[in-house]
Amino acid sequence: MEQKSIVSLRNINVKFDGEVILNNIDLDIRNHEFITLLGPSGCGKTTTLRIIGGFLEPDNGDVFYDGNRINGTPPNKRNVNTVFQKYALFPHLNVFDNVAFGLKLKKLPKDEIKQKVNKMLSIVDLKGYERRSVSKLSGGQQQRVAIARALVCDPDVLLLDEPLGALDLKLRKDMQIELKRIQKMTKKTFVYVTHDQEEALTMSDRVVVMNNGKIEQIGTPIDIYNEPANAFVADFIGEANILDGIMLKDYKVRILGSDFPCVDKGFGENTPVDIVIRPEDIEITTPAEGTIEGDVTGVVFKGVHYEMEVRSKGCIILIHSTVSSPVGSHIGMKVDPNNIHIMRKLFPTPYNEFEAEVTYTDESENTVTIDIEGNEVDLPGYTFEKGTKLRITLPPEGLYVDGDGVGQLSDVYIESVIWKGMHNEIILESDERKWIMHSEQDEQVATYVPICFNFSEASVEVISGEALNED
Amino acid sequence: MKTKKLIIPYLLWMFLFTLVPLALIISNAFRGADGNFTLEFFRKALEYRSQFFYSLWVAFLSTSICLILAYPLSYFISRSSARAQRTYTMLIMVPMWMNFLLRIRAWVLLLQNGGPVDSLLNIFGIDAQLMGNTTAVVLGMVYEFLPFMILPLCTVMGKIDKSLIEAAQDLGCSKLNVIRKVVFPLSVPGIISGITMVFVPSASTFLVSQYLGGPENRMIGDIIEMLYKSDRNTASAIALCLMVVILAFMVIMNRFGDEEAVGI
Repeated sequence: MEQKSIVSLRNINVKFDGEVILNNIDLDIRNHEFITLLGPSGCGKTTTLRIIGGFLEPDNGDVFYDGNRINGTPPNKRNVNTVFQKYALFPHLNVFDNVAFGLKLKKLPKDEIKQKVNKMLSIVDLKGYERRSVSKLSGGQQQRVAIARALVCDPDVLLLDEPLGALDLKLRKDMQIELKRIQKMTKKTFVYVTHDQEEALTMSDRVVVMNNGKIEQIGTPIDIYNEPANAFVADFIGEANILDGIMLKDYKVRILGSDFPCVDKGFGENTPVDIVIRPEDIEITTPAEGTIEGDVTGVVFKGVHYEMEVRSKGCIILIHSTVSSPVGSHIGMKVDPNNIHIMRKLFPTPYNEFEAEVTYTDESENTVTIDIEGNEVDLPGYTFEKGTKLRITLPPEGLYVDGDGVGQLSDVYIESVIWKGMHNEIILESDERKWIMHSEQDEQVATYVPICFNFSEASVEVISGEALNED
Repeated sequence: MKTKKLIIPYLLWMFLFTLVPLALIISNAFRGADGNFTLEFFRKALEYRSQFFYSLWVAFLSTSICLILAYPLSYFISRSSARAQRTYTMLIMVPMWMNFLLRIRAWVLLLQNGGPVDSLLNIFGIDAQLMGNTTAVVLGMVYEFLPFMILPLCTVMGKIDKSLIEAAQDLGCSKLNVIRKVVFPLSVPGIISGITMVFVPSASTFLVSQYLGGPENRMIGDIIEMLYKSDRNTASAIALCLMVVILAFMVIMNRFGDEEAVGI
């Protein structure tokens, strides 16, 4: 069913201090839908919201509202209202005056303002609080004042910037249902920003998963949960086993050394892929019946199900099951072909390949110095003439973050961190290229780290110039 | 209990240097040469009432001008980046590192007959008396006390959450309305303390009018200073009157502030 879109973003790009915040965002927001922008902090979701609200102008790209381009229109001229992260209630006004703020600016007659404010306060369940000071209200009540204040202006689109972030869990759950109820009742378009995947799944008609300034996937909660577009989405939405696999041929995939039938095709032959299997989709069997075997290393009772950790070929697999096997037992596991989700890898190659030029040669030490993005890095075990161009292939294990905070390449941006059952697959971005790294350590996405090179497993190929002596 | 002990030196200090002098002033103001209670000195003090009201008038003018100058500047500073804020605050503070007297002397040099400002005006055929009038006194006052208006205003405005301003815009406020409906009401505590910090010292200051004003621009601070050498009792009586007026002023300001300022 194609609905009319009320807000459209076209090729939106935003940079702060040379750093890309939004990278070619294209988004259509349909009328009357509850759409959620979901992603880790620093992914650009709040920036997107601020662009719709008019608080920030994109460096390039167009913002359309109801078919009209609204770039440059200030927030007070847009028929869009915002519920701010920390509510931003006016401390010098009471509940009534806070809610009436927008209406008073529109110079509506007094009795009409009164009637509208009272109606809105009853919608958000705050009747009788008119004269209270907003600073005396609880977090949940302040939250509802903020929603009432924005909704009473009768905007077509309501923007909500992590409005439940400051509330405790119980209140947050109540408010989720409350917000959905208000949205259905008022038939407004809600654009909701959160980093909480459960919140997004609970409330949204559609979810926009964002990472690193890009949209990874747009779809209904069911779509993004069941058919994640890539390992990032799978990792971010719900719990998942994300494993390396090889697509042997159509409908056949190899995971942890065993061949599984699956329902996907079109990946080619012997293609490395990412595999997602939800913990609840793994069935526990006897070792003989299972496609793969493993040893139970941990069981936690979670109320509805048991959460089990099973070690198989060095890889930890997470299983949610209503039946449990004791720690130490040897079990078999199988998965319905429909529940094996196969995705293209986030990184195009399983290794790093880059070119570098030799800047210095030390023949006595059999070491050359190469230039990587303006940094001098030693490449031991080789002797080349100065000026030789090399193509270096470095496996993901050849990169590491040194504990002392000093690296050969400093300030490298962590784009994604995905646990692959035995190690983290980390994708990094330096000034000129992206890198893939495997690490036991857990790194924080959207931060900067120094990285070091270990060339012992690297292969080096000469593109131009002469090798004096290859080791 | 320990914290209570810590306060003893301050209590002692206040007793010695605040309460005792105050008692002496009161005693001076009410006790004649024969040691008996008298209102004679207050009668004498009344002779200076024109200077008294003139002082309040000058203080009022200076405070108003300081507020008008400082408010937009403070708003601008509080909206700039943290680094720029530090630079601006520094620039505002720098003149205060110089001696008060030197700064006033500098104004004398600038404004005196044949001084740079006078010469410049003469070129354009304007022959004006730049010193020895109320304008010069107010100018000196504003120069002296402007930082005391800017700093509290900057502090209070800097604390106004940026999202409040965005919320106001979001709800339909134009730039002017944002200031009128949000920034101004929330900056009232800063305005109050700014006014107090400028009005109180400028009403009681001396020297500024001695240097920049003429004989008819004497302020009450100068009178007290002058009289104290010859007639300590009358000077004390005037000082007491001034204290009462300032106290009343501060009470009114604080009352006003309590009503306007709600938890920021």
